[in-house]
Amino acid sequence: MPLRRAAPRHSFLKGIAMALALFTASSAADAQVGKIERLKTPAGIEVWFVRDDTLPILSINFAFDGGASQDPADRAGLAYMTAAMLDEGAGELNAKAFQERLERRAISLSYNADRDTFRGTVRVLSEHRDEAFELLRLSLNTPRFEQEAIDRIRASILAAYRRSLTNPDEVAGLRWFAQAFPNHPYGRSVKGDEKSISGVERSMLFDYAKKNLARSNLKIAVVGSIESAELARLIDHAFAKLPAKADLAEIPEVKPQSLGRREVVDLNIPQTTITFGGIGLKRKDPDFMPAFVLNHVLGGGSFSSRLYREVREKRGLAYSVYSYLATLDHSGMFMGGTSTRNDRAAEALQIIEQEIVRIAKDGPTAEELAQAKSYLTGSYLLHFDTSAKVASQLLEIQLQELGIDYFERRNKMVNAVTAEDVRRAAKRFLADSKLLVIMVGRPAPLSKSNGG
Amino acid sequence: MSAIAICAAAGSAAVLLPGTAKTQPQGLQVSEFKLANGLEVVVIPDRRTPVVTHMVWYRIGSADETPGKSGLAHFLEHLMFKGTEKNPAGRFSTVVATIGGQENAFTSQDYTAYFQRVTKENLEQVMTFEADRMTGLRLTDEVVLPEREVVIEERRTRTDNDPAAQLAEALSAALYVNHPYGRPIIGWMHEIRQLSRENALDFYKRFYTPNNAVLILAGDIDDKEARELAEKIYGKVPRVAEVAPRARPVEPEPRAHRRMSLTDQRVQQPSMSRYYLVPSYRTATGNEAEALEILSHVLGGGQTSRLYSALVVEKGVAANAGSWYQGTALDATRFGVYASPRPGTTLEALEAALDEVIEQVAKNGVEAEEVERVKTRIIASTIFSQDNQTTLARIYGAALTTGLTAASVKEWPAKIRSVTPAEVQAAAKNWLDLRRAVTGYLLRPQQASPEKRT
Repeated sequence: MPLRRAAPRHSFLKGIAMALALFTASSAADAQVGKIERLKTPAGIEVWFVRDDTLPILSINFAFDGGASQDPADRAGLAYMTAAMLDEGAGELNAKAFQERLERRAISLSYNADRDTFRGTVRVLSEHRDEAFELLRLSLNTPRFEQEAIDRIRASILAAYRRSLTNPDEVAGLRWFAQAFPNHPYGRSVKGDEKSISGVERSMLFDYAKKNLARSNLKIAVVGSIESAELARLIDHAFAKLPAKADLAEIPEVKPQSLGRREVVDLNIPQTTITFGGIGLKRKDPDFMPAFVLNHVLGGGSFSSRLYREVREKRGLAYSVYSYLATLDHSGMFMGGTSTRNDRAAEALQIIEQEIVRIAKDGPTAEELAQAKSYLTGSYLLHFDTSAKVASQLLEIQLQELGIDYFERRNKMVNAVTAEDVRRAAKRFLADSKLLVIMVGRPAPLSKSNGG
Repeated sequence: MSAIAICAAAGSAAVLLPGTAKTQPQGLQVSEFKLANGLEVVVIPDRRTPVVTHMVWYRIGSADETPGKSGLAHFLEHLMFKGTEKNPAGRFSTVVATIGGQENAFTSQDYTAYFQRVTKENLEQVMTFEADRMTGLRLTDEVVLPEREVVIEERRTRTDNDPAAQLAEALSAALYVNHPYGRPIIGWMHEIRQLSRENALDFYKRFYTPNNAVLILAGDIDDKEARELAEKIYGKVPRVAEVAPRARPVEPEPRAHRRMSLTDQRVQQPSMSRYYLVPSYRTATGNEAEALEILSHVLGGGQTSRLYSALVVEKGVAANAGSWYQGTALDATRFGVYASPRPGTTLEALEAALDEVIEQVAKNGVEAEEVERVKTRIIASTIFSQDNQTTLARIYGAALTTGLTAASVKEWPAKIRSVTPAEVQAAAKNWLDLRRAVTGYLLRPQQASPEKRT
């Protein structure tokens, strides 16, 4: 059959409009039409909310700015451990009682920390919302951090840490960040290590929670079946008593270091896992979108990228090969990786480097550029087909400060990217193609030509 | 491309998720029909966004391979992306990429499935491509040989790099003494290396035919639209093979507990795991499978479970502990228990503590309150699953390719509700019997245990 172009542009816009006015086409006759509402609670907390009554469920995603970058220098993993401890007993409830209350109403409540944020997610049947927000309130405001739970969670984190020492992807990632960001919080492991986790004391958990869980650095997104007035009341019930202002350490802006270096970490496995990275662009950079389109052509998420074709399809060197733009609050990186047989690791790396140089020099072809834009605009709606995904998008857009109308603008921004924009962006982050490369495994000796 | 199936990774999170085995959302308007060529169709409307998940599931998996050709079902799954007579290599994926669709495929022991997620106006186009490759595959050595290298790298990534994955592979191989579930889905390395273009095409011609497939359409589509499209596009696909009943060799009644250990320099955190041979939803009678499902939660599903409470909280001998049940399988399946010791505890002591918990449940039964909590969680998970059209598509696809029906998926919450604490106890007593089990230790060299020296 003939190759058809993507559907005309207006249908994408319609698609995004539908994502915005979520679920307008609902088959449930009494479904409420959802649109993004910027809700202000009586206590002054802002919530981005989409009402959807199709299913009797609520998805609540929230985040506090800070995350693991707020860990003390010698206590990497503190934020991560605090996240693991918040649902281990709170208020009058010990850990077991707290977990049983969650289970009786099938409430899922979880916390996590990454480099820039401390996050929470709640999924609950609408009928059990009062109990969910009560348990949320208890965990945020009055965690117990009992010694028994600390020792137990510490043992579990340390066991996972020891397991990760044999996972080549994790080893490569940790090493990359350590070399790229020496003497900066981003260089430390989010989950910590044997020494830093062993030294975490109860007072440090309280201290982390007190400084980081506040209203000033909080963003909330909710999707589901609830009246907005009632949601506002419940949000205040859980969050209004938190301290007004977070006490966060200033994190300096930073660029990846050690570029041009190539390091082998010995692990006795039949493959070499390669993680590479260099300078990228930050999310708010005006050239971010052109860079994003460019990366899609090089190593983005479809079966048509140049790296996929050259490394996997043509040569069968790897199952997985990819590149992406990693954006942190205080740095932008261009990163990627693959895993390939030890005796051909040098060849795989050489091909990847050649492709980076080639696309940096010549840019994508007109056809590749058009196809990338078509993919990126066409697939956008696929990020909005569940209420959990919509809640996650609403939170990300708040965290990245892209504006509540970003959903409407985003595809226009992709479509506006020109060949010239892409060339300019390529110069800014790929041109010298200096990469920090970590290879975990037993790669055959590298040839001289790979100067990096 | 080609993630190995959901249920392939033994003991992984995928198996542990409550309710992923099969869940029936209430109030869903699921419809079913069959085309003249034998293709079964399931339609699961979700009209909230103009997106459709389109999946074709074949009733063919690694357990249907000829001995000596392990990995063939999965290898063919990779090769299905290599073009047809009408659409040369790369065209389908280029179109999917151009319209902004997502695509992939996966292989399990019992099924192989292909899917695209697209906006509604692109559905017909991807259906046309998928229907074309149902019988039109063309293969040359030029594309087959590099792809075999890709699969070899995939095996290294998934299994050979990881001692825990190697132990899991060995445990399954030991658990099944007669049934092909003992073979790894991805295949043994020495057999993958021998797979050829001819092997793949023979397998394809034998098993890829509309009368051996299930089409799932989930998302912004109704029964009427689905019928029209399915008829128009898939109705034209010829029935190219007759399909024999899937009669695999049956396991004999197991009599001997088997033990194994894998000692590897790379291991930093020792652990133990055990598989029991138990009935699946397809082979079970009465409430047996549902009782095993509930038992897996009571025993080892999360922080309030028996194993976690006893081993991690009360005795403090384990860093983690849990259990899982892979109920979605055509033939006798696995129930798993696992634990990792805290420093200072031997695996032998850990295993004894674990056995004590299981014995207690078998001997004294479980509390009505525990069973209620678990039921609440499982039934709620069926409502949460309705939020995700792709999850629903997978639930129905997996059920219909492992000998179940759409009706059985729908009845599942009611069956879960009807399970009694006595039935949960009976499940533990009847099935968690060491004679039905294989137990494995993952060890560091310095932590010698008796098995290690054999």
